[in-house]
Amino acid sequence: MPPRGAIPGPEPTRISRRTLIRAAAGAAAAGLVHTRADALERPVERGALQVGLEDAPQEVGRLPSELGSRAPGEELRRVIYRNRLSGGSLSPIHRLEGRITPADLHFERHHGGIPDIDPERYELLIHGMVERPTVFRLADLKRFPAESRIHFVECSGNGNGVYRRSGIPRELTAQMIDGLLSTSEWTGVALGTLLREVGVRPEATWFLAEGADSAHLARSVPIEKAWDDAMIVYAQNGEAIRPEQGYPARLLLPGWEGNSQVKWIRRIELTDRPVMTREETSKYTDPLKDGTARQFSFVMDAKSIITFPSYPYVLPERGWWEIRGLAWTGRGRITGVEVSADGGRTWQAAELQEPVQLRATTVFRHLWRWEGGEALLMSRATDETGYVQPTLAQLVEARGAGSTYHANHVRAWKVESDGQVFFGLGEVS
Amino acid sequence: MSGGAVARGRTRRWLAMGAGMLAWGCASGGRPPAGAGGRVARFGFGRPAPADLVAAWDIDVGPDGAGLPPGRGTPEGGAQVFATRCAACHGPTGTEGPYDRLVGREPREGFPFGRSPRLRAMRTVGNYWPYATTLFDYIRRAMPQNDPGSLTADQTYAVIAWILYRNEIVGSGAVMDAGSLVRVRMPARGRFVRDDRTGGRVIR
Repeated sequence: MPPRGAIPGPEPTRISRRTLIRAAAGAAAAGLVHTRADALERPVERGALQVGLEDAPQEVGRLPSELGSRAPGEELRRVIYRNRLSGGSLSPIHRLEGRITPADLHFERHHGGIPDIDPERYELLIHGMVERPTVFRLADLKRFPAESRIHFVECSGNGNGVYRRSGIPRELTAQMIDGLLSTSEWTGVALGTLLREVGVRPEATWFLAEGADSAHLARSVPIEKAWDDAMIVYAQNGEAIRPEQGYPARLLLPGWEGNSQVKWIRRIELTDRPVMTREETSKYTDPLKDGTARQFSFVMDAKSIITFPSYPYVLPERGWWEIRGLAWTGRGRITGVEVSADGGRTWQAAELQEPVQLRATTVFRHLWRWEGGEALLMSRATDETGYVQPTLAQLVEARGAGSTYHANHVRAWKVESDGQVFFGLGEVS
Repeated sequence: MSGGAVARGRTRRWLAMGAGMLAWGCASGGRPPAGAGGRVARFGFGRPAPADLVAAWDIDVGPDGAGLPPGRGTPEGGAQVFATRCAACHGPTGTEGPYDRLVGREPREGFPFGRSPRLRAMRTVGNYWPYATTLFDYIRRAMPQNDPGSLTADQTYAVIAWILYRNEIVGSGAVMDAGSLVRVRMPARGRFVRDDRTGGRVIR
């Protein structure tokens, strides 16, 4: 819940002295350790406000309802970053708790708008280098043995807005930087089960996954992923997946870049080579400084971001605060997250929220005592392969400044001495 | 077919599948049902894919030309198609936008896109696309954005011929069809490499 006297609202770029004073007064009654709820989001102008407990008349409550709704003031929103057919929206990761993204706040990225598909008429065709080309209805997919697994989905372009060495903006939220990341419990059928059903011929080494959207988005995927952990999923966090997430069924390739996890999937064709679609040639490839471009760069490398304190939160007083964030890797499990409050000079291990799961986001937390001066907060994740989340300088050195995707470098937040927090990557030397 | 015949048919299929299934025995992707004698089998869900459905949906075109339909087109014909169906988004000469820039060979030397973020907006068919067949695949599946799949095969070949001509990859008299399109060598063809990131201590 929001701190008393604070109303989440649009995020302005300035904070008044009056606001800071009120913030400090409001926080004085807080306990020793401050959490995100004690911090303030700008603005905190008093407007139409919920009734405070002390003011509440003794009224009877509301009756049961068939569909719940969020409490007033808790209606979070995605941010639409490109409002067109090939567009998307960002998930408010800085205002969520835990690892699961509410389905209606899951980020969006689509290439031809969101189709309306009749689930009764939906069909998935599997053909090509198979013994028995087969069409599955949604009811057929649901009849196969089901699995539920928690996995993140991240757009490979997530964070590329801060893959730059100069002119890095300060007034950026974690949502604006890395909001193309969401985590759900997905339920569906293992793709391997479907491939056994149709009988894959030995010469098949790839499959083409194609959507029923107007872009018919298509990606070629190595068949090993199908036998490993790929799924056709029809449910998300307990209910049918949302239209913008691929209703009634999508491909899930745990830990791989989002665009390869084709939504509204209507066709899988087994092949002996990639099709070289536009998305895997001209778009989702990574030009490198040596004059080549990396292709089929599916795996999302280890990454983390502090979601609190972050812009536009304000720390109203010094003392203990809990640094919180998310870490994830497409290569397995996160094995550690380190946090620095001094711009990377010293690091301390953060606590990982159990259970740490395969190709799922992991929440990390670290108690930090803010003494009131300036601080530069950073986090870096390590995964089970020993990979350590790189710095921006390391990534630029390895790939070049013009590389486009997989910008998983360490992020930073600058805490000013007055408690304001800004995106601080521009201050990292 | 009698019930006995169905059962015999299934038994034959199980036996035929046995060898293949052994190879998959260690895969973790999904659970097969247990059949007689511990042999794995199919569930029998779904229906055989009708040939007309496969024909209607199988729209991809591979780098080997597989999937290219009959038809032909020239830059001259493609200019008209482009002006009426494409120019509103890509600009009259394929360079103005507002959406993706399609035409342009600059920078001609060295494929320097990895070095500067400023070059991202300069990527075109002529300087970045490795396969000409991708043009047919993509236009047929997704273009024009307001009416995907509405171009005929001849119109598609023609507009591809125009785009390749404007990029100085084919001549003004080139005829694009299933045979010639697959032989077009794109300038960026040799630039693409497979992902070499492996995890571990190395940053790539």
